[in-house]
Amino acid sequence: MPTKIKLKRGFDIRLQGEADPNKVTRATSDLYAVKPTDFRALAPKLEVKAGDRVRAGDPLFSDKYRPEVKFTSPVSGIVEEVRRGEKRRVMAVVVRADEQIAYKPFDAPSLDRLTKEGLIALLLESGLWPLIKQRPYDIVADPGARPKGIFATAFDSAPLAPDYRLLLKDDARALEAGLEALGKLAPLHVNAREDQASVLPARLPAGARVHFFEGPHPAGNAGVQIHHLAPLGKGETAWTISLPDAALVGRLLLEGRVDARKRVAITGPEVTGPGYAETIAGARVGCLAEGGEGRRMISGNALTGDRVEEDDFLGFYHRQVTVIAEGNRPEFLGWALPGFGKLSMSRTFPAFLFPRRRYRADTNLRGEERAFVVSGQYEKVLPMDVLPVYLLKAILAGNVEKMEQLGIYEVAPEDLALCEFACTSKVPVQEIVARGIALMMKELS
Amino acid sequence: MKFLRSFLDKHRPAFEKGGRLQSLHSLFAGIEAFLYVPDRVTRSGCAIRDAVDLKRTMSVVVVALLPALLFGMYNVGYQHHLATGGGGDFWSMFLHGFARVLPLIIVSYAVGLGIEFAAAQLRGHEINEGFLVTGLLIPMVMPVTAPLWMVGLSTAFAVIIGKEIFGGTGMNIWNPALLARAFFFFSYPSRMSGDKVWVDGLPDGMSVATPLAEASQGEAFAHDLGTMFWGLVPGSVGETSAFCILLGAALLLVTGVGSWKIMTAVAIGGAGMALLLQQALPETNPYSQVTVARHLLSGGFAFGAIFMATDPVTAAQTSAGKWVYGLLVGVMAILIRALNPGYPEGMMLAILLMNTFAPLIDWCVVQQNIRRRMKRGVSHVNRQPT
Repeated sequence: MPTKIKLKRGFDIRLQGEADPNKVTRATSDLYAVKPTDFRALAPKLEVKAGDRVRAGDPLFSDKYRPEVKFTSPVSGIVEEVRRGEKRRVMAVVVRADEQIAYKPFDAPSLDRLTKEGLIALLLESGLWPLIKQRPYDIVADPGARPKGIFATAFDSAPLAPDYRLLLKDDARALEAGLEALGKLAPLHVNAREDQASVLPARLPAGARVHFFEGPHPAGNAGVQIHHLAPLGKGETAWTISLPDAALVGRLLLEGRVDARKRVAITGPEVTGPGYAETIAGARVGCLAEGGEGRRMISGNALTGDRVEEDDFLGFYHRQVTVIAEGNRPEFLGWALPGFGKLSMSRTFPAFLFPRRRYRADTNLRGEERAFVVSGQYEKVLPMDVLPVYLLKAILAGNVEKMEQLGIYEVAPEDLALCEFACTSKVPVQEIVARGIALMMKELS
Repeated sequence: MKFLRSFLDKHRPAFEKGGRLQSLHSLFAGIEAFLYVPDRVTRSGCAIRDAVDLKRTMSVVVVALLPALLFGMYNVGYQHHLATGGGGDFWSMFLHGFARVLPLIIVSYAVGLGIEFAAAQLRGHEINEGFLVTGLLIPMVMPVTAPLWMVGLSTAFAVIIGKEIFGGTGMNIWNPALLARAFFFFSYPSRMSGDKVWVDGLPDGMSVATPLAEASQGEAFAHDLGTMFWGLVPGSVGETSAFCILLGAALLLVTGVGSWKIMTAVAIGGAGMALLLQQALPETNPYSQVTVARHLLSGGFAFGAIFMATDPVTAAQTSAGKWVYGLLVGVMAILIRALNPGYPEGMMLAILLMNTFAPLIDWCVVQQNIRRRMKRGVSHVNRQPT
């Protein structure tokens, strides 16, 4: 019997531009890339240079400090460039794709012969290992760790998030195989929503447990779910993966190759005809949606996604592109007018009277940064037994002991994204949490 | 509005670094941000943000204060006419009060904002909105006869010592408006605690006691509860009408700007303590005669509970802490009133006292959270909803 967990705190941001489930188009890109910046705290070691020929599944770069963790090309083709940013930091390894994808063959044993060690080795070699992340720190999992569980998220509760049922529609077999395999790594927990339970495969591996989560965003976040199922103490680890990524693992096992095809939701108020696109991981964002002057393109959702331009690439973990208007216009007496049609959780705006309304939000900061003034605001959107403001203050003060006590091991920036959204004082919450995680990793290494 | 926009854009360079009026940069930026929500966009993190900001929040409090302020103006005129025996219609009373209260408001804002602007310029900060509320609260907790220079001095003390030396809005320990009142109270006691100060233009030889003074001296109560609820009694400008204060409270609660936990807790704490004292004090003590309702309606209790104790910066910030803090404010206010022979009002000192202890209360709540988190079991699936 699935356990049911009902979360009350949180908030569903209702934006315009939800992806139409009946609209699925094919989007092929000329360029594909893997971006080291998608992985927290990763120091990449390049395995290729511009001009090299790669197959789908050949490594592009690896983790400098854990060389067994490889990041492989989603397509075959010629390495177009190694894009660098400030201080020559590697931003992306870009591959110009062949017409026909050539796959590097992997020797995938059948599921009943697959061992834990064999699976880890296969995932590392094929570049699918980074799909598994770990808490604490929300980084690529440490293959040598002994996690207390592997938690598969079966829904996404973020604004305009894709419907996993649609993403996985033609992948039932791969999903089943993927979960079967992941169940060998650690006790498997699948965290679903009851009304989207059809996303679950007919047969789950023995010992796997299903949990139903109910409630507003961030109920779909792995961090929130783990907090309620198996809270992490010091020294403990949990692994996380999303259900569509589990299907990629399944494809590798069934086909013996890295088949990085992905369905991506193209969403947001600035998208004409929002729907789903059939593409490949790391596709150029410009091939998926239209940006341009006055528009903000985001790989991912509007709360946690990365700001991208048309010649940037879809994030490694992302199955969503959001396009919203830039809000770089001053607004006359914007704080004083009644503000009908403005998106706000605060009842100082009339939005709370129209709970069904969808909003055309833009990127305006809606004010200036201030010291913490209003209290009790963050707690309303964080369904965890964590005192967010005290945690943030501990991070700002660099107090490692307090950070540990107040829950730094349990949170990722995405879990506190709504705090940042709702903040009256416009505090950059996610940036602070990321800084805190970086500090912990440095202190404990 | 195009004209205004282009006017601002045209004159901006003069206020920027190296400009002719660089020393007034914070003033210009403050005015611009007041007129226009800036064009600043999100850089990292959430691409979209809630429309609420500190200006919005603070302006809700200002609106919530208006009923009590307008009534206070009328009451100043009403008390004046009552004491001097003159008649007058509604408007003449209101205008009399308006003319008396407006200078207090102007002095409070001019002194306070002046210091805020200077501090912002000095530190290279943006101007904070905190004083929008403080500047209105100060005249509302003063007796109408307060000399303007004393009001100005109290305001300066509150803003500099109470706020700016701690780092400005959001960093202060005590509620600045109450600090201004406390400064006034202890520096010029005859101007605050005397009987004559509460009514404007009192002829010589006459005195009018506030309901609190009556209570402390064991006099017969001249004001019935109904009059006290509506507020036609002598007292500080904004504190007399429980009805108007409750109107403001309704707005604060609907918008969620004021903490219902603190308001409720203060009322419970005050009522409980009043009840206890009624039973426990010997009959010779005048306070054994004061009922719960009279306590809650008199003096600054209602005003303090709604507008002062709920200041989010100086109150406790954790959920459990708010209850403890509020209860103690209520208890202390009545305790100081009844057991302290020096001065009849206890709300101001109770809130300032609990402001001081709010961080300690929060610290205890945080420690408890830490202990609870340490003790959590390895796996507990069937937990209470959060």
